[in-house]
Amino acid sequence: MHFNLRSAYAIYRREMARAFRTAFQSILSPVLTTSLYFVVFGSVIGARMEPVGGVPYGAFIIPGLLMLTLLGETTSNASFGIYMPRFTGTIYELLSAPVGVAETLAGFVGAAATKGLILAAIILATARLFVPYEIAHPLLAAVYIMLVAASFALFGFILGVWADSFEKLGIIPMLILTPLTFLGGTFYSIRDLPAPWDAIALANPIAFLVSGLRYSFYGVSDVPIGVSLGLTLGFLTVCVIVIAVIFRTGWRLRD
Amino acid sequence: MHEPILEIRDLRKTYRGGVTALGGVDLTVNRGEIFALLGPNGAGKTTLIGAVCGLVRPTGGTITAFGHDLARDWRSARARIGLVPQELATDMFETVWRAVSYSQGLFGKPSNPAALEAILKSLSLWDKKDVQIRALSGGMKRRVLIAKALAHEPELLFLDEPTAGVDVELRKGMWEQIAALKERGVTIILTTHYIEEAEEMADRVGIIQGGRILMVDEKRAMMERLGTTEAVIDLAAPLAEVPPALAGFPVELAEGGTRLIYRGGNGEGKGRAEVAQLAQALTRAGIGFTSLDIHDSSLEDIFVGLLGHTAEAA
Repeated sequence: MHFNLRSAYAIYRREMARAFRTAFQSILSPVLTTSLYFVVFGSVIGARMEPVGGVPYGAFIIPGLLMLTLLGETTSNASFGIYMPRFTGTIYELLSAPVGVAETLAGFVGAAATKGLILAAIILATARLFVPYEIAHPLLAAVYIMLVAASFALFGFILGVWADSFEKLGIIPMLILTPLTFLGGTFYSIRDLPAPWDAIALANPIAFLVSGLRYSFYGVSDVPIGVSLGLTLGFLTVCVIVIAVIFRTGWRLRD
Repeated sequence: MHEPILEIRDLRKTYRGGVTALGGVDLTVNRGEIFALLGPNGAGKTTLIGAVCGLVRPTGGTITAFGHDLARDWRSARARIGLVPQELATDMFETVWRAVSYSQGLFGKPSNPAALEAILKSLSLWDKKDVQIRALSGGMKRRVLIAKALAHEPELLFLDEPTAGVDVELRKGMWEQIAALKERGVTIILTTHYIEEAEEMADRVGIIQGGRILMVDEKRAMMERLGTTEAVIDLAAPLAEVPPALAGFPVELAEGGTRLIYRGGNGEGKGRAEVAQLAQALTRAGIGFTSLDIHDSSLEDIFVGLLGHTAEAA
């Protein structure tokens, strides 16, 4: 398979430059929002809550809040990354270049994933200002965050190709991802839900992601870590296949 | 010896919804030439360019560039093709330098600041290299698009309406730049509404209408074959009929016999020579005239005439 590293790097560098150009929107805004969550739920309300699974409540919500921001920002970043060139017409250059699906994904998705990691690092550092915590499996946490960031960057890419309006671009993160993350055990353990809500909650795939990240932080989870990892890898694979089909058929990219 | 750089055979494109933009186009473009594709709006010019450059998926036919079949070996071919689109589509928040650097890298070229500097200087953009594109004038933005298309040093360059919306002075400047590209060995295919542009620059001209190529020929040959000269001679006294002394000339009387009209020649000087002979014949026959006005048909006249004939035939 042919892969042009220079082309991929050119896309990656441009996407990163775009993020730094819009640093307030890309980085400061989610950091501010997350900080508010920590102030309200972590410090103020959290101080009055019982520990969950042996983890102080303020620390317990960190993986969930991190996931909330990571999913939203990574998806939005990647979707904007491909939607804007379609919207403004600058995609002609990408389509006329000797660039295939591999370089495009490495560039767009790699940049979105990198931005996700930077964001995660900033959020964790911010959280430290409000709540003391330790990461039990830092390597696993880093790998897991990268995996989730890459998966949702791919998902965002699909969203950016699918959307034909700014409204559609915002619908999925706002109306699906955010509610599912809230209901996916960000602020509570699914195990603590009364039946049948505990079983119903497991129909929410985001619950597996939050649980997986929480395991890497504190060694406690609602579902086995293997299941969370498997689901994330499966989602990533499906997204790659969908994007490969998009490139093969030219759907919404080529007339 | 003509060396084909682009060969298009029976290229077809029908869009979803049933609109046929290309109905079987055959075209060969040779290395080093400037080829002008002329046609009215909706003729299929942009679709044809899009099919070669990977923006449009053809529904039939083959495209071979540099000997590579574009359907199979598109990477090798596309790396050597540049495109300047009709729309001013570029990231308005990027600086000129970042935009051209991106284009160079995107096409797989190693970073070469010296080459980019030379391109920007040749397009009078060097002093704007650190300026955001949104702050540039329309003409400069178009030149940025040209610079981006040249950043990977293409051997075949498509210019889709390169001077659309550009003022006359700048248009002439662009013609000079396009001529300079040809000097550097770049093969250029341009579409244009300005027939004058094709007349000024093109080596060969193709006329497209309704998704079909009506005619392809060298500009000079086309003008020679289809061009005409028209001369209007106002006579000192009216004539009842064309005198026998003028019988060998393609002339007719008009305006009640007070005007003699010549229509003939080949667009390459024959008509003007015949009009000179006609004036001499009039003098020899003692027929006085008060004025003589000569007009050679332009490529535009030929173009309009050809499209008109096709429309009538349809």
